[in-house]
Amino acid sequence: MIIGEQKPLQEICAMLEGHQRILVTGCRSCVAICLAGGEKEVGILAESLRLHSDLRGRNWEVTEFTTERQCEKEWVRELSDLVAKSDAVVSIACGVGAQTIQALFPEVRVLPGLNTSNMGAPEEPGVFMEKCGGCGDCVLHLTGGICPIVRCAKGMLNGPCGGSQNGKCEIGHDTPCAWEEIYHSLERLGRLDLLEELIPPKNWLPSRSGGPRRIIRPEAVLTREEKEMRG
Amino acid sequence: MKIIGYVCSHAGYAAADLAGEERLQYSPDIILIRLPCAGRIDVVHLLKAFREGADMLFVAGCLEGNCHHHYGNHEARKRIDQAKSILEALGMDGRRIEMFYLASNQGWKFKEIADEMMRRASELGPNPLEVKE
Amino acid sequence: MKAGSKLEKVLCDGRFAVTAEIGPPKSASAESVRRHAEEMRGCADAFNVTDNQTAMARMSSIASAVVLIEEGLEPVIQMTCRDRNRIAMQSDILGASALGIKNVLCISGDHQTFGNQKEAKNVYDVDSIQELMILRKMRDEGRVWSGEELEVAPRLFLGAAANPFADPFEFRVARLAKKVRAGADFVQTQSIFDMERFERWMELVRVRGLHEDVHILAGVLPLKSHRVALYMKNKVSGMLVPDAIVERMKAAKDPKEEGVRICVEQIKHLRSIEGVHGVHIMAPMWEERVPEIVRRAKLRPDARIE
Repeated sequence: MIIGEQKPLQEICAMLEGHQRILVTGCRSCVAICLAGGEKEVGILAESLRLHSDLRGRNWEVTEFTTERQCEKEWVRELSDLVAKSDAVVSIACGVGAQTIQALFPEVRVLPGLNTSNMGAPEEPGVFMEKCGGCGDCVLHLTGGICPIVRCAKGMLNGPCGGSQNGKCEIGHDTPCAWEEIYHSLERLGRLDLLEELIPPKNWLPSRSGGPRRIIRPEAVLTREEKEMRG
Repeated sequence: MKIIGYVCSHAGYAAADLAGEERLQYSPDIILIRLPCAGRIDVVHLLKAFREGADMLFVAGCLEGNCHHHYGNHEARKRIDQAKSILEALGMDGRRIEMFYLASNQGWKFKEIADEMMRRASELGPNPLEVKE
Repeated sequence: MKAGSKLEKVLCDGRFAVTAEIGPPKSASAESVRRHAEEMRGCADAFNVTDNQTAMARMSSIASAVVLIEEGLEPVIQMTCRDRNRIAMQSDILGASALGIKNVLCISGDHQTFGNQKEAKNVYDVDSIQELMILRKMRDEGRVWSGEELEVAPRLFLGAAANPFADPFEFRVARLAKKVRAGADFVQTQSIFDMERFERWMELVRVRGLHEDVHILAGVLPLKSHRVALYMKNKVSGMLVPDAIVERMKAAKDPKEEGVRICVEQIKHLRSIEGVHGVHIMAPMWEERVPEIVRRAKLRPDARIE
């Protein structure tokens, strides 16, 4: 899932200066799971903004709505009525959600209330770890199910580097060394032979390096006629 | 002054009741709201209370390790902490909210809590919102 | 001969090689490089110039190496994977080769969070093993990685780093084997303080026959003080310093002398280990002490310039 963290309250309030009718919107998907932008968090942020407004005599009108998902137009259209009554929208969904709202409602200012961070998973309650590097050319079969691109600080494919000590990465912060984990995983799987292979330089084109990525499922694309047929 | 005390049925409310029976005096500015468990409190309630005129808030739950509903008091603590940081970010003093733990037979402790919140109230003054209005 | 460098000749002749390290300055003036060159002239067969070590921007390894050549010393440039992508690496290597540089050490490089510009975007397009593969292809096939022919192929003597003190220990020798297969002609190890662990590693190296496939230069570092010993022990990832050595430094009346003495003892011992073909002396901020270490350890590198 996508993991993010709310921007500091001060930063959000500063972005809202000059606005009056504010819609706070979140999403029930990823950001709800990482406790950053779900319905509950929308409620708390809206209430905080109202308190800020009252403290400083701003007269803000703050409304709230949490979309099912914020990356799909069908769900985001549900915001129409509230958006029509707002001059600013604070989205605490991920960056994709905020952009979808802006694209659908070009005349209202959309502000990001969330710092979208990474693709990861909950490790234990309240702890979310980055897991997938989104490189577009997955090598998990070579590394015992552990992503070397993003879980290794140097993105090595023939790791570990010389800074790996006691299972920890040289960058510290108690970061596990991904290659130590890969070694033990392959050991348990009986596939240490995979570590003897020289993995050549990676093709980074399928990753962010190749430009904004566009993936097409031809079996689902509609021709002009088909679009007309569906009305 | 308006000081709202969210008291859990099992410990906070029982202790407040006992304080009353024992004729322990505490300020009439304190308004109690009874909850099934301290863990029922949510950050939204706390923030809303300030907007509606409260000057100080406290939550009184069971002693640590003794929550009648297992870990409701732990959850309450975390939410109080969250509310405190929001208050601080907004320029209000985080000491306007507090979490306390006590047992149902500690009427004296309830009075201590009430007195502490009154002391802080006179130090911090009324809710800045009221002043603005 | 792959490159015909002095370091290569010494090793291929079966002589015990000595390399030392010079740290480039945070300066647009190469004065300190020339000064170190003068101080260390004759005490090693080749001199490593580090590449933005600990991710701090310094005079580039290649530029410093050119200065060393002007001063009559043979350099070993270092090229990390942190700051350059494969295009820049290949480009820099062509330039370095054109300027007379032959020895290249391929390393991953400390993560940029170690340095003073942590916010920078790191590169890590390739890792150190892939870097070896790329450079070897340039040298042996005369082609860039994507296959196009080079007009003139660079002549390179390729090196890599090895760390017997990092984890997982069981994998370290296998990783050395990978580096050899990727193209490493020589290897310089991380500074040795835990001699027992180093000897265990060498045992595994010999079992695999790697000591015959690659020239291993054992790394040593003279400790300047008790504080430095503690720092190396506790703060440097991938370094092991036994308590006994820390204690010696603490108890010493003249710590600098003790540090040099320990270093000299280590070098003498390392010469006796089968498979160790040379020694690599690292003395950051203490380059001027290296000639004395070489003299006391009775190392006699060939000082003549070819």
